Amino acid sequence: MRSFMTAALLSCVALLTGCANLGVEPWERDLLAKPAMALNPDPIQSAYDDHIYFSKEASSGGRSFAGGGCGCN
Amino acid sequence: MQLKKKHKKKAIRGALTTASCTLLGLSNVAQAENAPWQFDAGVLYYSETDRVQAIEPVVTGKKDFGDDRWLNLKLVVDLLTGASPNGATPTNTPQTFTRPSGKGSYTIDANETPLDDTFRDTRVAVSGSWDQPLGDQLKGSFGANFSTEHDFLSLGASASLAYDMNKRNTTLSAGVSFESDTIKPEGGVPTPFASMVPAGSAQPRDASDDTRTLVDLLFGVTQVINRNMVMQVNYGISTSSGYHTDPYKILSVVDGSTGATTDYVYEHRPDSRNKQSLYWQMKYHLTEDIIDLSYRYLWDDWGVTSHTLDATYRWDLGGAKYLEPHVRYYQQSAADFYRVFLIDGAPLPAEASADYRLAEFTGITLGLKYGTQIKGHDTSVRLEYLSQTGDSSPSEAIGVLQDQDLYPDLKALMLQFRYTF
Repeated sequence: MRSFMTAALLSCVALLTGCANLGVEPWERDLLAKPAMALNPDPIQSAYDDHIYFSKEASSGGRSFAGGGCGCN
Repeated sequence: MQLKKKHKKKAIRGALTTASCTLLGLSNVAQAENAPWQFDAGVLYYSETDRVQAIEPVVTGKKDFGDDRWLNLKLVVDLLTGASPNGATPTNTPQTFTRPSGKGSYTIDANETPLDDTFRDTRVAVSGSWDQPLGDQLKGSFGANFSTEHDFLSLGASASLAYDMNKRNTTLSAGVSFESDTIKPEGGVPTPFASMVPAGSAQPRDASDDTRTLVDLLFGVTQVINRNMVMQVNYGISTSSGYHTDPYKILSVVDGSTGATTDYVYEHRPDSRNKQSLYWQMKYHLTEDIIDLSYRYLWDDWGVTSHTLDATYRWDLGGAKYLEPHVRYYQQSAADFYRVFLIDGAPLPAEASADYRLAEFTGITLGLKYGTQIKGHDTSVRLEYLSQTGDSSPSEAIGVLQDQDLYPDLKALMLQFRYTF
């Protein structure tokens, strides 16, 4: 577990230092600013999906917190 | 004409005020406090072949309190009815089971998957969150949620922070959530591995309710790659302790040579679960269309590992209209304690469950969504088809069980509507 966390931390640092060269200037955000380009553009739809798959599979979460659990059958 | 001119003037004045306030860095608090609520509503109709049917209306509202402070509220109602597999295997003779209440029984025909058809529930969930900046580059979100069913109660709270850096091209986030569940099964909490007894007699029950607590941590990095692409990576860790057993699920106990059912016992799962996940998502803007790709790898100390691949293609049709095909692929390995059945006379394992959701299986979802605007309000409809397939003839099947379908496929249709106003 500890070695995994160290590896995860190191990859984050590597990612961040690498990321300093990535990205756009504020005036280049025309496409990224579109609502459809949001990471979660339809929260109701993703909540439905989370709820359905939570109750039909042994996996849940990952994208965000599930929230408001259920005793799903 | 005069009126029109006046309106136009007013609109221009408003726009100018906003522009100058923004330029001067003045807050829009007073203006925002009068901002109207924005609503987003949806309805889901979910239907499994021969099993569960559900209707789930949702409404969310958010209000701008100025300075990027938002209040979000959500109400979900979930109406469920239908039948759910009880965990017993089908066999070549009719089978009679006692209902969870202990007050009645139901009989399943020979060679049919045992389904408990008393499944009926209404879930109501309410949640709220408050988002606000905590500095130039730091944002916080604090939430609480409440969910109730006739046999289940869940209370939760969460907090998360997001830190922007590299000209807001990189966002680091960290969150924690806490959940406390109370399970109050119909008829009480069954004694683990106790035999099912006929309706009307004293049922093997340990208590009237039990509890479970969950703590989740989620760390993420969101990175703008270029003008067209943004990416996110999350690492999640979840620990839960307490009651994880499904009180309504049983296992068939079968004869070691003939495979004939000799008994039914209540299932029993571990009293803790530690889960971890890695999630990656990418959004790419083509000339007009948008690709959304994600992958999740999840593993836990129950022996479950899963892969989830999800892809959508938002095909822009112009004039705010779009078509969005969707594919989702899911594959999981079985939990260590998953058993299709138990063998009569063999030593009992520490834990066992025949819940098909803990088996090894593959799920495929195919969907299509159509989105448009009606009088300026976003509206969409989505139709999806889900199928789950597992090993219907596992190698451990004995005698008469070799002729049975030991993993009946699940097929479900989902229809969703969404409207913002």
